[in-house]
Amino acid sequence: MIREAFSEENSVLCRLDPGVRIVMASAYSCAAAVLKQFSALSAALVIAVILLAISGQNIRVVAKRLIAVNSLIALFWVLLPLTYPGDALFYLWSLPISRAGVILSAQMTLKSNAILLVFIAMIAPIPFNTLGYALERLRVPRKLVYLLLMTYRYIFVIEEEYHKLIRAAKIRGFSPKTNLHTYRTVAWLVGMLFVRASKRAGRVYQAMICRGFKGRFYSLQRFEISRIDRFSALLMGIAIVALTMLEWGVRWS
Amino acid sequence: MIRLEDISFAYPGSPKILDGLDFELHQGDRIGLLGHNGSGKTTMFHIIMGLLKPDSGKIEIFGKPAVSEKDFTLVRQRIGLLFQDADDQLFCPTVLEDVAFGPLNLGKSEEEAVEIARKTLDRLGLSGFENRITCKLSGGEKRLAALATVLAMEPSVLLLDEPSAGLDRNTKEKLVAVLSELDLSYILISHESDFLSDIATTIYAMEDGKILTDKELHLHRHIHAHPLGTHPHSHKP
Repeated sequence: MIREAFSEENSVLCRLDPGVRIVMASAYSCAAAVLKQFSALSAALVIAVILLAISGQNIRVVAKRLIAVNSLIALFWVLLPLTYPGDALFYLWSLPISRAGVILSAQMTLKSNAILLVFIAMIAPIPFNTLGYALERLRVPRKLVYLLLMTYRYIFVIEEEYHKLIRAAKIRGFSPKTNLHTYRTVAWLVGMLFVRASKRAGRVYQAMICRGFKGRFYSLQRFEISRIDRFSALLMGIAIVALTMLEWGVRWS
Repeated sequence: MIRLEDISFAYPGSPKILDGLDFELHQGDRIGLLGHNGSGKTTMFHIIMGLLKPDSGKIEIFGKPAVSEKDFTLVRQRIGLLFQDADDQLFCPTVLEDVAFGPLNLGKSEEEAVEIARKTLDRLGLSGFENRITCKLSGGEKRLAALATVLAMEPSVLLLDEPSAGLDRNTKEKLVAVLSELDLSYILISHESDFLSDIATTIYAMEDGKILTDKELHLHRHIHAHPLGTHPHSHKP
């Protein structure tokens, strides 16, 4: 079963307007992405950790996500120090370890973890449909929003069909091995999944036509920006300005 | 209200599934359709809704011939089709939005649409479901919610494609209660003769791409066995 690990609304952050949250998290990410100074980057990470603490997410689930992302980053830690041109920081079995490469890897690690944490704290808990409509209100093109919402709606159905197919294969004694038979069977399963998905898409479209679909969905959710939204947006703004000042300040001195 | 005359239809690369089919539905009719798998029952529904174009034959709905897409747009506002698979029918994020989708498309204002949606949900015993996420409903709840989306368009005819399939007894009884209370004409496909005899007044069979109207079917009860059957007991009518 596909799980939405973070979709529980129970913290102060969750009381904020989802649109405001999206804007805040996006602004923060843009700022964090361009930082270079370690003082600023560390401060950004601290802000992210504070937000995560406020959001009260389950630390274990968060850690799992972080491990997934950081294992990808670990790859950069292997590649960049070995390949990046520049002075050698030290030699590993006579291989030069590039100082610039290490710095770049460290920057990337801090940035991506900070951004990830902020998104887990602020965006991940938003229920999917709310997220869709909040994006629509932020003038994201309607087609993209509907694509997102429909994907969410049918990913569970397709998952169910996937399990049905797997079960059908299993009860006839299929167990995956490294051989052509397995590859062929898996290819058939995937192919069948596509066929079923496309047939379902056809039927859903028919159902929409039957109910007078004219190319537009209607959201019945109301969004209102309250004082606490404005206040948090202001706080986030101040934090971002502080980060940029930290970044520039160190460079000028 | 609906008249099909000499309708033929074949899916590409297959033999004719409907072959010279004639059919009429009058105000107040409650017709049950029996037939083998693949006998063309669902196809007939899709032809009535204009989702499929017949290869030949005439369709007349509410006294007017229905040919172009524009004709069928009007038809779809007055005939509601309940799909076999409720997952096909519920595509909006929440139940309320799904039920309100039809009325909104018919040009109702948001307040009116929400009002209609709430009333329809109430009628089906689904009040409190407004903000549930559609993909997380149970099978029976999905079926009832799908029926709500159709009823919210306030149609004068319903086409029900195996509404009872895969439902437990409670949900089925609820469905029977709802359908028999409706002041609507409907056509109902089902494989369950008990269910059909509960809510259909006339039952036709479909065979060889035709509806056998001359051979109207009559349901009769069978002897059946179950635990404790030796004790005196009665069954609900």
